[in-house]
Amino acid sequence: MEAGQRRGRVLIGKVGLDGHDRGAKFIARSLRDDGFEVIYTGIRHTPEEIASVAVQEDVDAIGISLLSGAHNELIPAMIHALCQADAGDIPVIVGGAIPQEDISYLKDKGVCEVLTTGTPTQTILDVFRMVANEYRQKKHTYE
Amino acid sequence: MNEHPSFAAWEENVLKKVLERTPERAKEFVTDSGLPIERLALPETVDEKYLTKLGFPGQYPFTRGVHPTMYRGRLWTMRQYAGFSSAEDSNKRYRYLLEQGTTGLSVAFDLPTQIGYDSDHPLSCGEVGRVGVAIDTLADLEALFTGIPVDKVSTSMTINAPAAVLLAMYVVVGEKQGVKPAQLMGTIQNDILKEYIARGTYIFPPRPSLRLTTDIFAWCSKETPQFNTISISGYHIREAGSTAIQEIAYTLANGCTYVQAAIDAGLDVDVFAPRLAFFFNASPDLFEEVAKFRAARRLWARFMKERFHAQKPASQTLRFHTQTAGYSLTAQQIDNNIVRVTLQALAAVLGGTQSLHTNSRDEAFGLPTENSVRTSLRTQQIIACESGVCNTVDPLAGSYFIEDLTDRIEREALTLIEEIDRMGGMIAAIESGVVQRQIELSAFRYQQQIDRGERTIVGVNCFQEPEKVFPQTFRVGKAVEENQIKRLHEIRKKRDNGKVKKNLADLEEAARGKENVMPFIVEAVRCYTSIGEICDALRGVFGIYEERKGF
Amino acid sequence: MNEIDGILKGIREGNPRTIGRAISAIEEGNHRAAAILQGINEGCVLAATILGITGPPGAGKSTLINQLISHYRIHGKRVGIVAIDPSSPVSGGAILGDRIRMMRHATDPGVIIRSMSTRGRVGGLCAAAGSAAKIMACSGCNPVIIETVGVGHLEIDIVGLADIVVFVLAPGFGDDVQAMKAGLIEMADVLVVNKADHAGADALIVDLKYATQGRDCQVCSTSATESRGIEDLANIIGNIAQRKRQTGQFIQKREKMLESEILHRAVELMRTKLKDRLMAQEEQIIGDPQDIVRKLLEEVCVTQLESKKR
Repeated sequence: MEAGQRRGRVLIGKVGLDGHDRGAKFIARSLRDDGFEVIYTGIRHTPEEIASVAVQEDVDAIGISLLSGAHNELIPAMIHALCQADAGDIPVIVGGAIPQEDISYLKDKGVCEVLTTGTPTQTILDVFRMVANEYRQKKHTYE
Repeated sequence: MNEHPSFAAWEENVLKKVLERTPERAKEFVTDSGLPIERLALPETVDEKYLTKLGFPGQYPFTRGVHPTMYRGRLWTMRQYAGFSSAEDSNKRYRYLLEQGTTGLSVAFDLPTQIGYDSDHPLSCGEVGRVGVAIDTLADLEALFTGIPVDKVSTSMTINAPAAVLLAMYVVVGEKQGVKPAQLMGTIQNDILKEYIARGTYIFPPRPSLRLTTDIFAWCSKETPQFNTISISGYHIREAGSTAIQEIAYTLANGCTYVQAAIDAGLDVDVFAPRLAFFFNASPDLFEEVAKFRAARRLWARFMKERFHAQKPASQTLRFHTQTAGYSLTAQQIDNNIVRVTLQALAAVLGGTQSLHTNSRDEAFGLPTENSVRTSLRTQQIIACESGVCNTVDPLAGSYFIEDLTDRIEREALTLIEEIDRMGGMIAAIESGVVQRQIELSAFRYQQQIDRGERTIVGVNCFQEPEKVFPQTFRVGKAVEENQIKRLHEIRKKRDNGKVKKNLADLEEAARGKENVMPFIVEAVRCYTSIGEICDALRGVFGIYEERKGF
Repeated sequence: MNEIDGILKGIREGNPRTIGRAISAIEEGNHRAAAILQGINEGCVLAATILGITGPPGAGKSTLINQLISHYRIHGKRVGIVAIDPSSPVSGGAILGDRIRMMRHATDPGVIIRSMSTRGRVGGLCAAAGSAAKIMACSGCNPVIIETVGVGHLEIDIVGLADIVVFVLAPGFGDDVQAMKAGLIEMADVLVVNKADHAGADALIVDLKYATQGRDCQVCSTSATESRGIEDLANIIGNIAQRKRQTGQFIQKREKMLESEILHRAVELMRTKLKDRLMAQEEQIIGDPQDIVRKLLEEVCVTQLESKKR
């Protein structure tokens, strides 16, 4: 990928109190090496904070990693905050320890993709490429 | 038998005393074929080189173990980390585990408790009771230990930033059961430095946090002399992706920071050092792990003796708890995890651990089910009772490979520790983000090796199988949060709020000054002041820590 | 109301979504960019002070900026931050992690933060960062802070983007500081010795004060982790801004900034055109590079002129 061309801007972070950032940092680095601009927000943030950063940074996708089991509360809250800021269209990708039975619930709440523990890195990159690219296309057609 | 005079001296001065106090588990240990097993296998000739590098178990530099008879005397403590939802639910699980033969409790707290927020704090939303038990006030800890005699069971608590608060609560729970603080046995993790490095449940900045740590050291040496005041943890550093060498290097560097802080605060090293404990990870590479444990023991003994001039052997011994590697569990073919855990547990035992937690097969998905927890406990019991590895001390000693690996790990770790010294110590290294970055890089490389197939993980990048069945995991319902908040609000109504206010004001004043804060925290929890209220008071004085850029 | 008017209204009202999207439009140079920039209220841009904050990695810039934000917020000011991180020359990607230190301001409607990566374009980046600063100013931000890492030539470029340049140092950078000293004093309005509680800080302050004697460059010290010295720094900045405005230096600099912006844009545009042209060449390139350059320049200029005529 040539410098100056763009894969897109994505936000990678964690929401809630869970401090296990090994996965989030790995994904951030992998996305960077794949040509993405990655806004890395670190640990311990509220859904509202993440949504606000995503809006200010005008990202093409949000990737949130959760291992604490609080996803069913925190992710819908974040999507709600995005909608409040007229940014409900920014695609949200959730990763981490998400039980199978919660995936459809999260998707109903507006999550675009759920990548559970054990997903190969290449699959994760492909999902981000596809999702961010689709969103960028959509942005351009408005114009 | 060995003729060297030092051996006789060891038998006379170290071994005999211990045998008098704790006789071995059997009169005679034999192999399956009936061959007698010696307590301690030794080289043909014990020379100076052997004595400097290995020595005898229970004697400096403790390479072969902290105890002269090791598991022939007493098996390690089988301690399964558990805790979830409400105090009542966790209490039930603890009683179940005790019935099944665990010999120590290990309390997991939920994230709000670990970060000093009450269950009704906005940031607690969705987190209450999820990854551990929710504790707001003394009432919760009372419920947690209902029917569990705290003078009989040793309790380990994974609590760091607010360790002082939970310790204070435990002491008061003991009082209410009629148990004196001096009788209490257990451990508080209380290792804040690795929270900045790897685990993330910090509250205050490093310097005031270290003051809390030394306050605890000082208070416990008088009030709870049987309680381990800290569990200096490499476990989470490894989980964050470090190598084995980085794990022990950073952990021992953290250890040195605590020791120095306590000495600077005017404490006598031989008073507090015997209560320092460690906590390591048992990872897949069996021999490297065994060598790691042995190298860590030797390094720590040297630091304590040479750097900090500790005189007592108990101050020089590195006693440690081990947990098998959570990061090594796979979501694919989850029964394979039982085998992984077995090998890792074996490494811990061959490395001479004092206590052990074995992970459950389904933990890559969430909290383990009761069945999985039982199997993981049985794994320890099989190693202890059937494998025969407990019948002699440090069975791998003298293996050319193991001894060489032990030496090399020690050397490499020492190099890393000296690098940190040159940076101005661990706090400076943490503040500059160097340590975090090194670990992050190791984690990245490890994952890349898996992705490229350079490192084989069975079921993940080879021997794969199509899978569509997902395991049942343990779920904590939303009702827990509501009930917990309701209970907290009731307590706030019922308690003597004038007293609460006064205790908090006293605590703040102590925190501003130089007085030990522990007695003030004990008084505060006694009148049901919540953990959030206590931590808020301290936040007001100490400030909060903000994350460093991770890359 | 047409689309551009709607965007401009959103910017003026401080709508973060509109501001975020407008900055993207400018960064990507899409067709709305020019119209947005034309519609920006020059009065607001003139009223705002643009602070350039730079310094070597590890000096504590982000933590210092975090504290400055808090200071300005207490005084009721709206603050904008453009945080620039280098991108990987290999992948073109970047991890933009500066705002991690500023997360406590994430939901404050009076703070707007935007991260940018160099994307291997120094000139173009300056144009984009300058435009982002203008949009923030138009939304009522004053000051607007542009943060760059002092790597390569980036810290020099910030001089052309900011009304006031603040260089952040910390003890422990030793020889680097000595080597940079002369250049620093020429380009910076303020030298901040951060981490003033660390060993070696006092010596560094004395050293810098001595070196700046008789020059138009002030030295101050801060400890951003303990929020000490922040108010002094803000006052120094305020005073310099006031003085520069009174003496006309401010306007002079803005004029220069405009010149440099035009130059940056021209160079960036030219670079792209030249590259496209070079890439479009079908035969293998052989011969004296000087000659080829001359030819290439001619070709590009001629096509440019012809396309204008059409």
